Amino acid sequence: MSGFDLSEILGNPDYAAMLLHGIKMTFIIYAGSWSMAMALALLLLGVRLSPFRFGDPLVAAYVSYHRNVPTLVQLMLWYFGIFTLMPSGVATWLASHNAEAIFAVIGLGLCQAAYFSEDLRSGVRSVGDGQMQAARALGHGYVSATRFVIMPQGVRNALPPLVNHSVSLFKNSSLAVVIGASELTHAVKEIENLSFRTFEIYLIGTVLYLFFSLVIMSIGAYLSMRADPARSARA
Amino acid sequence: MIQDMIAIIRDYWLLLLIGQYPNGPLGGLANTLILSALSIALAFPVSILFAMARLSKSPLLRWPVTALVYFTRGVPLLMLILWSYFLVPLMTGADVPSFVTMLTTLVVYQSAFLSEVVRAGIVALGPGQMDAARALGHGYFGAMRYIILPQALYNMIPSIISTFVSTIKDTTLGYVINVPDLTFAASQVNNQLLTQPFQVFLILAIVYFIICWTLTYFANRLERRITRRRAGLSSLPVASLVTPSKIVSEQL
Repeated sequence: MSGFDLSEILGNPDYAAMLLHGIKMTFIIYAGSWSMAMALALLLLGVRLSPFRFGDPLVAAYVSYHRNVPTLVQLMLWYFGIFTLMPSGVATWLASHNAEAIFAVIGLGLCQAAYFSEDLRSGVRSVGDGQMQAARALGHGYVSATRFVIMPQGVRNALPPLVNHSVSLFKNSSLAVVIGASELTHAVKEIENLSFRTFEIYLIGTVLYLFFSLVIMSIGAYLSMRADPARSARA
Repeated sequence: MIQDMIAIIRDYWLLLLIGQYPNGPLGGLANTLILSALSIALAFPVSILFAMARLSKSPLLRWPVTALVYFTRGVPLLMLILWSYFLVPLMTGADVPSFVTMLTTLVVYQSAFLSEVVRAGIVALGPGQMDAARALGHGYFGAMRYIILPQALYNMIPSIISTFVSTIKDTTLGYVINVPDLTFAASQVNNQLLTQPFQVFLILAIVYFIICWTLTYFANRLERRITRRRAGLSSLPVASLVTPSKIVSEQL
């Protein structure tokens, strides 16, 4: 080891470009899988909350599968397995459009939807029954009572676990490196191979992950503060 | 499709179960379970020490451990594995098998998470237990040993099982540094067959699901029983009976 020296990595425009590209891809994968997970979680929640009971076992099975199978195995199943089963036209199109990142988004999004939907469900369940009855008594229908009375409170209750799971999704996005997506961890490994500055580049990668995790946590803390009923009562 | 899967299991069950053993290192499902069990067994005592340090009045004990816990929880496990892969051989100066590297990482990682579970368990007991134990003449460590920890750890059993489940899931990441576990065995099978990746990885997913689901189910049953027993045995308000797994049920 020839001493600690960050300048070799930060001063090299090639490495800096690789790092920036990695950060960009990490954020694309994160934003894509987060949006997909949230949309799907709301759908799953809708099925769970609806008065029709027949969808419940399906949602329970979905959640149970995604919580009990390692995320890495789910990604492998998508990228190595389902990808090869697709019709050749679709597969060719995907292969020329960064298939690794697309499957990372699909795999992570489907998996995270299970966690998000459970967070939302526990949030909604913690809203008292009286709220629904009161809303109905005020003349709201079931859908509008859910939309205007139950959900705003339920989502507020669900904020802390949602923030936790948003952070863990961000960290899990590093798993995309296993199926070959060129995100931040990938960039770190590449630069390590090229520069042999192992300690320095891992340090940079780690600090970046820590920093962005903290940013997501602060956004969560800000939202919790905004959603605090005591505060909105004052405003 | 299902016939393909049955054929794969018939041909490769031994490889999936124990890897190359006895002609090579132990691998497959056996190694996955040994790795998970060992890392939990080692992380457990460490996590109790961490929790006590985080609850300690001394900033010298509290701050470093708090920093370590925050660091570990803010960094992807994959990154920690890469760190160990690079640091452990450097510190020991020897050629370290990937199993040991993975075990080290998992112990550090799970200690940080379990310590939060233990801490929540101790906090959930309420300060009265410690006050009462001290009033009876126990010292701090005596009170911890005989009064606080037995109660807190008993309430925590379901969370410990949940942590065990997530450890089993985390061992799959050893794939990156070629730990010969179940995932590794499955990818070996896939490399030999080449034509049926979906079937191979579906089998892999199913095996993990069966193991983890069984344990989760067991943990939930146990949690209900513990809550019921606590509610029956004492007239404490229900709020103090919240089991720590409710607080730290899913890992970050």
